[in-house]
Amino acid sequence: MLSLNHFLVLSGILFSIGTAGVFLRRNLITILLSIEIMLNAVNLTFVAVGRYLGTVDGQIITFFVMTVAAAEAAVGLALVISLFRHRETLSPDAFTTLRW
Amino acid sequence: MDVIAFYVFAAIAVVASLLVIGQRNPMHSVMLLIVSFGALSGLYVLLDAPFTAVTQIIVYAGAIMVLFLFVVMLLNAHTEDEVVPPTLGPHGMKVAVVLSLALAAEAIWAFSRISPTVFSNDPGLTGSISSVARIGAGIFTTHAFAFEVTSVLILVAMVGAVVIARKEA
Amino acid sequence: MPAFITPTVIAHLVLIFAVMNMLVLSSAFMVWMERKVCAYIQDRLGPNRVGFEGLLQPFADVFKLLLKEELVPKAADKLLFLLAPIISVAAALTAFSVVPFGTQITLFGLLDPPLRLEVTDVNVGILVVFAITSMGVYGIVLAGWSSNSKYSLLGGLRSSAQMISYEISYGLALAAVVMLAGSLSLREVVMNQSGYWWHLIPRWYLFLQPLGFLIFFTAGVAETNRAPFDFPEAEQELVAGYHTEYSSMSFGLFFLAEYVNMVTVSAVATSLYLGGWLGPFLPDWLGWIWFLIKTLALLFFYVWMRWTLPRYRYDQLMEFGWKYLLPVAIVNLIVTAALVIWLG
Repeated sequence: MLSLNHFLVLSGILFSIGTAGVFLRRNLITILLSIEIMLNAVNLTFVAVGRYLGTVDGQIITFFVMTVAAAEAAVGLALVISLFRHRETLSPDAFTTLRW
Repeated sequence: MDVIAFYVFAAIAVVASLLVIGQRNPMHSVMLLIVSFGALSGLYVLLDAPFTAVTQIIVYAGAIMVLFLFVVMLLNAHTEDEVVPPTLGPHGMKVAVVLSLALAAEAIWAFSRISPTVFSNDPGLTGSISSVARIGAGIFTTHAFAFEVTSVLILVAMVGAVVIARKEA
Repeated sequence: MPAFITPTVIAHLVLIFAVMNMLVLSSAFMVWMERKVCAYIQDRLGPNRVGFEGLLQPFADVFKLLLKEELVPKAADKLLFLLAPIISVAAALTAFSVVPFGTQITLFGLLDPPLRLEVTDVNVGILVVFAITSMGVYGIVLAGWSSNSKYSLLGGLRSSAQMISYEISYGLALAAVVMLAGSLSLREVVMNQSGYWWHLIPRWYLFLQPLGFLIFFTAGVAETNRAPFDFPEAEQELVAGYHTEYSSMSFGLFFLAEYVNMVTVSAVATSLYLGGWLGPFLPDWLGWIWFLIKTLALLFFYVWMRWTLPRYRYDQLMEFGWKYLLPVAIVNLIVTAALVIWLG
């Protein structure tokens, strides 16, 4: 039988993978992708708990998280593009100074 | 049956996510993340949330990831730089690995300690949470304010993205 | 014989097999129809050597393609290069799975419960079609990127921008129909269109949503990258666009995907606006004949348009999508919503 624990453990693992990605990768695009993984792990928790409690609120919050993720991706990628114009690289370590 | 499906989807999601962060090629990362989203969408179907499963595909795989692909193609960034990050120090990477493993272990330990809570199979309940009408009613009544705020957020993000990415600011 | 192999299961498997093969065959038929229609429009005869009136021409073409060498450019990303056509075809074939094409049949009393003529009925069917269609863009974008050639890349970039832009209008047109029908299941949308006004005009959503139908079909043409919106493969500018570097059957797979996508868009438009399998004169269980006729009419329109209208310029396409089609789609949605509320 499927239990809530299955889904919580899975989303815990996915969230850790996302954080590991933010820690380890030296590429702005992959870092944004890792943030998406983390958001998805949280979504999974919401839907699973909503299923357990028998309400649709979990799915509604997931819906909002998706819109926020879309906004975040749009602004994040715009930043990546404008940073890439300045330094011709995607490594976050190239953008440690405040002025150029 | 459900349990087998869960493990298959979970395995796909975890392996694909691990490969996402283990890739040097951003294009492959994006594609693998789409695979992971597909697996998550399967999990949502298992959770009687078909609407969320489909929005997951439409919004994440169909829109957000296309945006990522678009940027990767535009910048033509084939691989990431090999330089050792100066900000992290010589042991930075190792510390990062240990910290993420610790987080994973912590999460698994904490979540598996909760006493097992099996989902109820009451058809009335599964029917009501998979109903799109109920989700819509929830969004436009209880969560109406949040909904309006998200629409403003999207507008702000749209304008912001255009302003930031424009060539001559 | 194991217990789970019941006549119903076998019938379902046969149905799935049949639908898939019909889709592939229909794309072969479309190739023939396209060449024939084009020929007659240009006052030629078109293929008429292989089989009756050239009907077997597409099979000869496929056979020829199969015998060609499969080339992968040296600088290409080999994995993604080979994956791209597969994604295209898979997305195209899957999208049809939620389209109902008839009521139900018992095969002269052999099947109990009766078999519904569709691969599967999902309560969010319309959204499933929308989701899977939007996955089709990956095939084209990946083909463009992994070929590592400038024409392919330009084709891929154009197509991703175009498909994202037109998807919004496509979705808004769908939303207006969903509001009228009060359901996301394609079968229920079709059932809601049964009956006649004044015993004469069928209750098709085409007559309630004429603007919505136009928006849906225009966006559908743009989604399937067909003329006059065929920028990803604009021959005069980009050689062949995203599939410049493809040869042999992987080239053929892109064609297959394009034609199957056309069939799917036409089939969905038939279900949403033209009353699906509903029609006079025929008994219920032969409704799929009406479905075929309506879908074919739309497909003919597709081909007719290609050989009549010139291609837009790319900036005109974007301007048309964002400045005209999208606002009109939003107005259509708002007016529909207001009317649904006022008139119940």
